[in-house]
Amino acid sequence: MTDNKRIDEPTGTQTVGHEWDGIEELDTPMPRWWVISFWATIIWGIAYVVLYPAIPMANSATQGVLNWTSRGELDAEMKAETLRRAPITSALASIPVEQLASDEQLYQAAVEGGRAAFKVHCVQCHGSGAAGSKGYPNLNDDDWLWGGDLNAIHLTLTHGIRQPDHDQTRFSQMPAFAGVLSNGEIDAVASHVRSLSGLEKPSAKSAAGAATFANNCASCHGADGKGMRDLGAPNLADGIWLYGGDTASVTTTINQARYGVMPRWNNRLDPVTIKMLAAYVHSLGGGEAAVAPAATPVVDPAKVAANVSN
Amino acid sequence: MSATKSLAPRPPALYAARKGVYPKAVDGFFRRLKWAIMAVTLAIYYITPWIRWDRGQYAPDQAVLVDLANRRFYMFQIEIWPHEFYYVVGLLIMAGIGLFLVTSAVGRAWCGYACPQTVWTDLFQHVERFIDGDRNAQVRLEKAPWGVEKTAKRLSKWAVWLFIAFWTGGAWIMYFADAPTLVREFWTGEAAPVAYATVGILTATTFIFGGFMREQVCIYMCPWPRIQTAMMDEKSLLVTYKDWRGEQRGSLKQAQADPLAFGDCIDCNQCVAVCPTGIDIREGPQIGCITCALCIDACDKVMAQIGKPRGLIDYCTLDDAVAEKSGGQATPPLKTLFRPRTMIYFGIWASIGFAMLFTLGQRTRLDLSVQPDRNPVYVRLSDGSIRNNYTLKIRNMETRPRIVDVTIDGLPGAVMWTADGKREFARQSVNFAVAPDAVHKVRLFIAVPADGPMRTEFGITTRARSGDERGDNDMVIFERPQVGQ
Repeated sequence: MTDNKRIDEPTGTQTVGHEWDGIEELDTPMPRWWVISFWATIIWGIAYVVLYPAIPMANSATQGVLNWTSRGELDAEMKAETLRRAPITSALASIPVEQLASDEQLYQAAVEGGRAAFKVHCVQCHGSGAAGSKGYPNLNDDDWLWGGDLNAIHLTLTHGIRQPDHDQTRFSQMPAFAGVLSNGEIDAVASHVRSLSGLEKPSAKSAAGAATFANNCASCHGADGKGMRDLGAPNLADGIWLYGGDTASVTTTINQARYGVMPRWNNRLDPVTIKMLAAYVHSLGGGEAAVAPAATPVVDPAKVAANVSN
Repeated sequence: MSATKSLAPRPPALYAARKGVYPKAVDGFFRRLKWAIMAVTLAIYYITPWIRWDRGQYAPDQAVLVDLANRRFYMFQIEIWPHEFYYVVGLLIMAGIGLFLVTSAVGRAWCGYACPQTVWTDLFQHVERFIDGDRNAQVRLEKAPWGVEKTAKRLSKWAVWLFIAFWTGGAWIMYFADAPTLVREFWTGEAAPVAYATVGILTATTFIFGGFMREQVCIYMCPWPRIQTAMMDEKSLLVTYKDWRGEQRGSLKQAQADPLAFGDCIDCNQCVAVCPTGIDIREGPQIGCITCALCIDACDKVMAQIGKPRGLIDYCTLDDAVAEKSGGQATPPLKTLFRPRTMIYFGIWASIGFAMLFTLGQRTRLDLSVQPDRNPVYVRLSDGSIRNNYTLKIRNMETRPRIVDVTIDGLPGAVMWTADGKREFARQSVNFAVAPDAVHKVRLFIAVPADGPMRTEFGITTRARSGDERGDNDMVIFERPQVGQ
């Protein structure tokens, strides 16, 4: 057959040498660009198989001489990112938390870092907008059980609330008054407490409750019901109710007491992240300036870091 | 049917291999016009980035600067921010309509005189003539075997081309950074990699497009000749060989022997010899003709030598061609130029220009945008009042620091404070300094008494204490909880 190959006159192209009922086929060569691309892709494919993981095996795949893995690439990127952030992280590690607000740039960096950390560790209870819910404080408002300056927030974050395994934890203890006071007395105290913030008009009942309040509650909540932050006793005279301000809720609180808990973060997060969280919570709108501005002028950063991490 | 029978004839090829073009030097009115336009356009291109323009200490002093890194575009006293990019869009639309206008009025004048491809090709051809000699010498050299002379000439020609190409690419990057600084950084190896890459790419394209591809770019790569075909009509100027006057062609001798049998064209081929795109204009209008009018110069010279009137090849509209062919008169050029179509194009072009100038004069240099917090939508404060949080973005588009006042209206009893401030000192307005030529982001807290509608629409206004009095205003919503909650 091959000897039937001939050059087709009008096109100048060789035929393949077959003929069917007078019909011949031209052996038109592939365009050069196509052939080059074809071989280039094959070479590229071979190079890829040699360099990168490519052929699936029973449990894994071939390694490739570059030893590349997506996990390793992520690891390298994370390392590079950590290195990039190192100046800020080390500055945050060394600055005492109460002085954080004085360094505008560092404070903003801490707020942004805290925003990210908050989304991971805190939103489960406090909500993604930090608005809290019943039993979980709203961190946007200006009402603080344990204080709202950077130092106080940082302390709460570090040591948690009512963590039994930790002796530095925040701990407030309100007795359950069921059995201690009669139902009538408890109703009267509830009425008095509600009248402090104007939820109820003063009445004979609330006046009776005032006497009971003075004897049983004022030692922590204060004579005027404005609370005491050192003890974590809430302000009862403001417009914010952690467990609800209606009569039933207040009565339940007096009867049974509430024991909210919050994890301590010093055994889960590094000191820098806790500082960033403190800055973020402080930035939400209710943050207070430190009451006693920096009583310790000389601060040893290492000492602070040691304090924070225990 | 025989097997030797040929297949159907092949369609004409889409691409014809390049034939060498060795345009002859020519002198005349259009050649001088081209010289002048080349000088002006190249001067604009190379000099513009070096013009200084004092904008004070907070902005660069380069007159024309596309500052991509800081997202600013400076053009003399105009500064454009990214959100004002519509001015650039307007300029591009004006450029487009300007091309329509030019094309419908004077045909492919852009291609013939002002297109960078034409200008640089022209420049490269002059270099070529300077080194290799004129047309005949160039053809000879091309055919000659590679020897010492050819190698030397080729190398020196390419070196000069490369030099021009390098400066072309080098001038381009000067528009994107402070030119004196960039030059120093470029030669000390400190410039950004993108600067070197840009210079490399533009050097390569200038060298290849101007030195080797030349008219191929116009014929195969550029979309504009195709679009122009649709833009032109029977009143657009074309470079036309007046065949009714030129035919029957014959040599000067033949024509002198029998003047009645021959037209004015003596078939001297000068129009073909000078054509930079290597076409024969006598074949009629064609895509290869960029209407550079060098053939008009060449033909006029010949006509003068043989004592015939000029303009055997001349700018001429299709209408005029028909009129002249039948012995009529051509329409006066001004009448052709000012016809409804060109006037409409000019009207659109000018009104876009005036609209942009007007808005440019009216635009405010202080811009406010307010984003209310969506989570939480409101915060109850311990005294029972309600707080909403807002993020303010204030663009200070003047190149100096300013103090701005932020006020609210339509929200009774409202007080506000910023994240730096304190609620104890909250007032009806806040003020703060904004950095020059920068966006200032501020968290604003607004508190009002709890009793009121669930949604209140109110305005936040910002106004600078100096300069531009207008300021900016944004309407936003204040949210309260439902009554009883």
